[in-house]
Amino acid sequence: MAGAGDETKFRPPGFATLAVHAGASPDPTTGARNVPIYQTTSYVFDSVDHAASLFNLQTFGYIYSRLGNPTVSALEEKVSALEGGRGAVAAASGHAAQLLAFYVLMDPGSNFVAAKNLYGGSITQFTHTFKKFDWNVRFVDPTKPEEFEAAIDGDTRALFCENLANPGGIVVDIERVSAIAKKAGIPLIVDSTMATPYLWRPFEHGADIVIHSMTKFLSGHGTAMGGIVVESGRFDWAQNDKFASLTQPDPAYHGLTFYETFGDFGFSTKARAVALRDLGPTLAPMNAFLILTGIETLPLRIQRHVANATAVAEWLEKHPAVAWVSHAGLKSSPFHALAKKYMPKGPGGSVFTIGLKGGFKAGVAAVEGVELFSHLANIGDTRSLIIHPASTTHRQLTEAQQIAAGAGPDVLRLSIGIEDIDDIIADLDQALAHGLNRAAE
Amino acid sequence: MTMGALFYPDWLIRRILREVDVIAMVGASANWIRPSYFAMKYLQEKGYRVIPVNPREAGKEIIGGTAYAKLSDIPVKVDMVDIFRRIEDVPPVVDEAIAIGAKIVWMQIGIRHDGAARKAEAAGLTVIMDRCPKIEFGRLSGELGWSGINTGVITSRRSKVIRRAGTR
Ligand SMILES: Cc1ncc(COP(=O)(O)O)c(C=O)c1O
Repeated sequence: MAGAGDETKFRPPGFATLAVHAGASPDPTTGARNVPIYQTTSYVFDSVDHAASLFNLQTFGYIYSRLGNPTVSALEEKVSALEGGRGAVAAASGHAAQLLAFYVLMDPGSNFVAAKNLYGGSITQFTHTFKKFDWNVRFVDPTKPEEFEAAIDGDTRALFCENLANPGGIVVDIERVSAIAKKAGIPLIVDSTMATPYLWRPFEHGADIVIHSMTKFLSGHGTAMGGIVVESGRFDWAQNDKFASLTQPDPAYHGLTFYETFGDFGFSTKARAVALRDLGPTLAPMNAFLILTGIETLPLRIQRHVANATAVAEWLEKHPAVAWVSHAGLKSSPFHALAKKYMPKGPGGSVFTIGLKGGFKAGVAAVEGVELFSHLANIGDTRSLIIHPASTTHRQLTEAQQIAAGAGPDVLRLSIGIEDIDDIIADLDQALAHGLNRAAE
Repeated sequence: MTMGALFYPDWLIRRILREVDVIAMVGASANWIRPSYFAMKYLQEKGYRVIPVNPREAGKEIIGGTAYAKLSDIPVKVDMVDIFRRIEDVPPVVDEAIAIGAKIVWMQIGIRHDGAARKAEAAGLTVIMDRCPKIEFGRLSGELGWSGINTGVITSRRSKVIRRAGTR
């Protein structure tokens, strides 16, 4: 079209370039090349009028670090760019990010439909803590997308799943789930913590909101807690009357209508200006800095994580102590085809579960027998990690819920690090032998 | 109407925002929680002279600027016409923009009229559609990123200045 530029000459930067540069241009005042840690609670106003414009959200700028901080916003823009999203709001943890996202969407009495294969803490947050706000969750089997559809009613505000579920190696066919969400006029929220935007960008497959626990692979070094909510900018909040908090004048903001005023970043503006402001789970600038530094090497780290994890999974599959291996990159996995489709650069990621023939006793012995692997409750660290979910992360669940979540008594979860592969395998080998001996006792 | 995706290179938007001084905002609201008011306040803060055009407010002041009923009533030279109106109201505004000698016609987010755009371009004007000058200024100056919004700008340069405020 005349007047407009020649789009064919425009080539967007690649993922690794974005990982290093997005959101992180030099500081205009000092020329500092790396993003500084803005360790400050507040920011001076130029005048009373400038302050008023800021409080009214009429101009861009910082007021108070509960709402925004330059180190944190550099991280928000970076993750938003990596996901191909419009905008993002960071939070103190992955759980806090989930709280912010649902706060914008839910009202007392409303519900959302979630996959039953989730991180155990999310199941607990949704089942018990959200219940106190009268936000009601309905769990369904994410490998049967039609179950999402059957669970939707007039008060359903969102669908929620982990695209690559923790634990269990389950890959959800999010294009199908997204089609169901679109038909119902509600957003699909995807927790993409386990996949990372390097392996899978859910907005390209119909997701409307992406959440990360940045505590995991984005930070990547086990140094900082953090969470983030990213919006695609493509969901039409005004297509029905379900999202009054975005489409109706907000009494908490002098009658401002967020979707009309902020358009394709109306959701994130509301998540910041109301949810983050009033609930308060702000990400600390120091943690934002650590996560920013981690993300710069995300592509390199994930390549190594996946290469190591695939080698370990293939080795474990042949191990006499192991009953099964859930890694979706294995040809034996029922999710192999979906993993190749959605995560072509690294099918299955680097966190997976195994079942031990020796059951609960062998599992406990193995986690107590490791020397290189760390026995702890995290994933996505440079270090290889191991845990027995039934006695730890999924402990609050009933045994039936544990089995449903892929965390039964015989299950170990592994998060494969970026050490030398021979050392990782040697340590597992001796720990499993230890487990075998203990089970035989 | 051709309905291909609109694409405007950053250098074009940057040049417009650098060179323009006087902006007539058609459909400017006097209500402080309306999007046009937000845009007007921000652009004024950045040093542009923004003249509100709104028949209901003619003769009154909006954020310190006298409002006019129509573009041809404005007594000073207008560089850019920024349109906050329904799509069907766009063609007569564009005709007036051509008549008063504006160099740029800018239609806000959600507003696209390819016929009116072709006419303006044939008369030598530059046309931007379905964008907001406030958001574009914020995007290219880096300020939009302060709220965690993806500006799409990657740069190793220090200066983010688009224009020096108050240089007109
Ligand atoms: C998939 C997934 N989502 C969410 C969370 C919660 O994140 P955080 O621990 O940062 O609150 C975790 C943490 O283990 C997780 O693995």
